[in-house]
Amino acid sequence: MNKARRNPLNLFAAHAILLTWTVVALFPVFVILINSFKTRKAIFREPLALPDADSFSLIGYQTVLRQGDFFGYFQNSMIVTVASLFFILLFGAMAAFALSEYRFRGNTLMGLYLALGIMIPIRIGTVAILEMMVALDLVNTLAALILVYTAQGLPLAVFILSEFMRGVSDDLKNAGRIDGLSEYVIFFRLVLPLVRPAMATVAVFNMIPIWNDLWFPLILAPAEETKTLTLGSQVFIGQFVTDWNAVLSALSMAILPALILYVIFSRQLIRGITSGAVK
Amino acid sequence: MAEVTIREVRKTYGAMEVIHGLSFDIADGEFMVLVGPSGCGKSTLLRMIAGLEEISAGTIAIGGRVVNGLPPSKRDIAMVFQNYALYPHKTVAANMAFSLRMRGMDKAEIERRVRDAAAILGLTDYLDRYPRALSGGQRQRVAMGRAIVRDPQVFLFDEPLSNLDAKLRVQMRAEIRELHQRLRTTTVYVTHDQIEAMTMADRIVVMNAGHIEQIGAPLELYDRPANRFVAGFIGSPSMNFIGARIAGEGGAPVADIGGVNLPLEPGPGIEPGREVVLGIRPEHLQLADSGIAVTVAVVEPTGSETHVVTRHGDDEIVAVFRERHRFGVGQKLHLRPAPGMIHVFDAGPGGARLGGQGGRDAG
Repeated sequence: MNKARRNPLNLFAAHAILLTWTVVALFPVFVILINSFKTRKAIFREPLALPDADSFSLIGYQTVLRQGDFFGYFQNSMIVTVASLFFILLFGAMAAFALSEYRFRGNTLMGLYLALGIMIPIRIGTVAILEMMVALDLVNTLAALILVYTAQGLPLAVFILSEFMRGVSDDLKNAGRIDGLSEYVIFFRLVLPLVRPAMATVAVFNMIPIWNDLWFPLILAPAEETKTLTLGSQVFIGQFVTDWNAVLSALSMAILPALILYVIFSRQLIRGITSGAVK
Repeated sequence: MAEVTIREVRKTYGAMEVIHGLSFDIADGEFMVLVGPSGCGKSTLLRMIAGLEEISAGTIAIGGRVVNGLPPSKRDIAMVFQNYALYPHKTVAANMAFSLRMRGMDKAEIERRVRDAAAILGLTDYLDRYPRALSGGQRQRVAMGRAIVRDPQVFLFDEPLSNLDAKLRVQMRAEIRELHQRLRTTTVYVTHDQIEAMTMADRIVVMNAGHIEQIGAPLELYDRPANRFVAGFIGSPSMNFIGARIAGEGGAPVADIGGVNLPLEPGPGIEPGREVVLGIRPEHLQLADSGIAVTVAVVEPTGSETHVVTRHGDDEIVAVFRERHRFGVGQKLHLRPAPGMIHVFDAGPGGARLGGQGGRDAG
């Protein structure tokens, strides 16, 4: 096996495939980034050219920062994403713990019921959700978005986490019980640290769709003070005229925080995998 | 320290009963081993004593106090698990101290107890390490240390040696035994390994399918097994069983195995004409000029002794010789049990003991 690994041809092939994939994946991001620093004419004349002395322009960024409360949008997106992830992980892990740890009537049925949401897109219920939010007087609040995203993320979170929690040694939990730990302490102090890789996976899966979502912010929270970044960027896309400089600049800036969150979680993911196992 | 009293204990899952009304006592300071094949209910019973499984019916008392309704932490027990179950993010010292800290014990007292336990177990140099930096044997010692520091009334062991390699298992076996001699704490030890049971126990409970087959001291079980199950389970290689019919009149019964007569000790159930099953331990079979005719099938030399697997018709008969014979496969031999070393069991499904002797000191 080691020999096959060291074979230079295999090594080359593996890296060639990885590099090709990296280029394919990063190319659109690269195009957005370079064009956000160019004048409108240069964007259309040579979309793939790097900005040079002639074509360099910060007009897009200036427009974005001048028009609308960009940092406000930014903050809204951040609050919604982080809060939703927090609740998805907290409630998802708790439900998963109950399903995997306790024997009760209807356990399997409950698991299936909770997993059903993976297959049914939450957008089907948009009208009902909107009516509910109106009735609760939550329209145009960030809480409305957080609630919807939490509901949207829970099924997959419960599904993934309960599988992982079944793998946590029963003996460890029982040792905790004999040592006099409450079920809550067992959950938070013994089980959660051991399923951290799974938590990171769930977080990464849920983060990007929430950050990028346009649908629910548009319907539930379109007010100026609750606009998210994705919704805020739509100002520059018109039916007849689109301010491409501004759109590209806004998108470039929107990538950053998502990137930072991703780096945090993926570090957790790697650390979780490598840190000490039970046996 | 305390005695454990188990009365009519049952465990049911839905409509299925897995433990059928067990009753026995474990004396103060006794080392009691629960042994049986997997799925016999021994671990479930231990977990019921620990409080990790509900008791469906009956009572369990520790030190005279019925513990049915108490959570594990209030039963004054300590448990050592098969997978060690150490907290992976705590050092050895913190692992041992954890339960005491949860009880709000004085810091200096915790420190003293952890030092003492570490000294007993030879872990003093490892107190600051994390479990992942320890070997299997060391981890098992930490798990025992965690039990010792609590100074409980009862130690519970759930197959603690199953994950260790053979050599370490023998060593840890002696260590646990030594620890018990030193601390004299009542101990309940679950294992599926009859050798562990034989070497460690003061008394053994042999379980099968949720019932107790026999309770007794190790040699008592070996010499006078109550039925065919115990006879076959205790001892390695296991006892040979041969169908026979009792013949002979008056005071000298014999067992008739296809024309070969073996003399039996007279006993209450040993009546002429009865179909029985004879049990003969492999080490009690000797080479003879006449006797049970067998054909050698497999020869397994272990160095100190030689196991010879032979065929007698459709039955398999294993004999163990300490002398070095040279047998070839297919060779015909005659085997004869040593005088007075035949167990007689009922031929029915229960296979209850009818008579016979097995021990060197018996009869």
